[in-house]
Amino acid sequence: MPAFLERQKYLLDYTLAALLRRKTRNFGLLLVYTLLVFLFASALLLGQGLRREAAVLLQDVPEVIVQRLTAGRHDLLPVAWLDSLQRIRGVGAVQGRLWGYYYDPAVKANYTLMVAPERGLAADEILIGAALARVRQLGVGDYLGLRAANGQPLPLKITGVLESASELLSADLMLLSEAGFRALFNLPPDQYTDAVLTVRNPREARTVAEKITLALPNSRPILRAEILRTYDAVFNWREGMAFVWLGALLLAFAILAWDKAAGLSAEEKREIGILKAIGWETGDILRMKLWEGTLLSLTAFLAGYALAWWQVFHGGARLFAPVLKGWAVLYPDFRLTPTVDPRQILVLLAVTVLPYILATLIPGWRAAIADPDAVMRG
Amino acid sequence: MLRLVQATDWIVVRFRPSCHPRQSNVALTLLAILLLLFGLTLADAAWRSQAGDYTASRALVRELGLSDLSLFTEARYTRHPTQADRHSPFQDHPAALEHFPTGSLLLPPTCPASCID
Repeated sequence: MPAFLERQKYLLDYTLAALLRRKTRNFGLLLVYTLLVFLFASALLLGQGLRREAAVLLQDVPEVIVQRLTAGRHDLLPVAWLDSLQRIRGVGAVQGRLWGYYYDPAVKANYTLMVAPERGLAADEILIGAALARVRQLGVGDYLGLRAANGQPLPLKITGVLESASELLSADLMLLSEAGFRALFNLPPDQYTDAVLTVRNPREARTVAEKITLALPNSRPILRAEILRTYDAVFNWREGMAFVWLGALLLAFAILAWDKAAGLSAEEKREIGILKAIGWETGDILRMKLWEGTLLSLTAFLAGYALAWWQVFHGGARLFAPVLKGWAVLYPDFRLTPTVDPRQILVLLAVTVLPYILATLIPGWRAAIADPDAVMRG
Repeated sequence: MLRLVQATDWIVVRFRPSCHPRQSNVALTLLAILLLLFGLTLADAAWRSQAGDYTASRALVRELGLSDLSLFTEARYTRHPTQADRHSPFQDHPAALEHFPTGSLLLPPTCPASCID
């Protein structure tokens, strides 16, 4: 065993010496390779982290949300619908919700306004999300003036800022009273934005949704399972443009790596010929090439993955913030909980490490099985 | 022949012991450090997934009936992808071009129970 290890170390010594002879080219390749793994791993880990966060946070979303559709668009729901929904067999509690959006031209941001009946807010009191407070530089006791639907300014007193721990859910949230919400949007008292309902037997949620569609044909029931599935699809790593351009990057790297590894230079071929002439066996040359491929690709993989981990789970995924943020002004400050999916690590390994090792081995093997004299003469 | 002798001499010279640490040892140590870092990421995941506290966030979801993450706040249908109707990303007509950047990261809303019929 020690003899075997010592033999491998000699092979490694030789491989490193050969790599260092072309150090600029090889370090450049290692750098690009590490960057590629870093980008791929960052996108994978971010998608995975967000998917997990959504799955954990949205476990308790309403079992069924019912919207009213008019001409294919979400419309306000008449209060009479609450009774109709309540009468459907299998439906538990029914509650009308009031929520909407407000565009603030002062900071060019969209707020999500929502009525929070359990908070006991007065008509002129609001609670705001941490990102909103940060962007508008507001605190408890300050006033925020909104323009009501009738054109009149509506000053609202901030009585609290929502916990920053829940920023991924409440960054742009503004909670207010029902009276305040209706005054702001000039909303009739007999209309709600939508309705949430509980189902007595959660396994019957889909059946209840079908009954709702039959009873109220212009309604759109949204099930909890659909909400969770939407987020799973949204953050699915196979989807999205990120992977399209990363795929293009991978292709460019594959061409570079193939050109570097597969197209052995005359000098490298001569080197293999000399090694064969002085007594190296084909197996030794293959082992040397295997070490070369493994060393480069594994170093790039491990370094790229570790950097991506740090960036996504400890650096707040700032690299991807501009992509996720788009034109939005309000963006939550969040720390994702790290999560590992062995399948994704294996896929990343298969996509990045294996092709390079193969691209190093095959041309090495071709040169190694050729006649040393012919190889040396080129 | 001359070239062959020079090359083999060179290989012999490279294997001569020197006061510098052996290159293979340096490379294997570097790989071991990187493997250790990889192991640390697994340990980090195991530790932080247990330590994560979602009590406040989940209470907020239950209280308000929240349905979406406030991650993409630039447009209605990206702020609430689960609540958006199927034509939301195409405000003018179904074939209109998508114009919000984060829209390229989102899929169209999934088919709800209402479209079963």
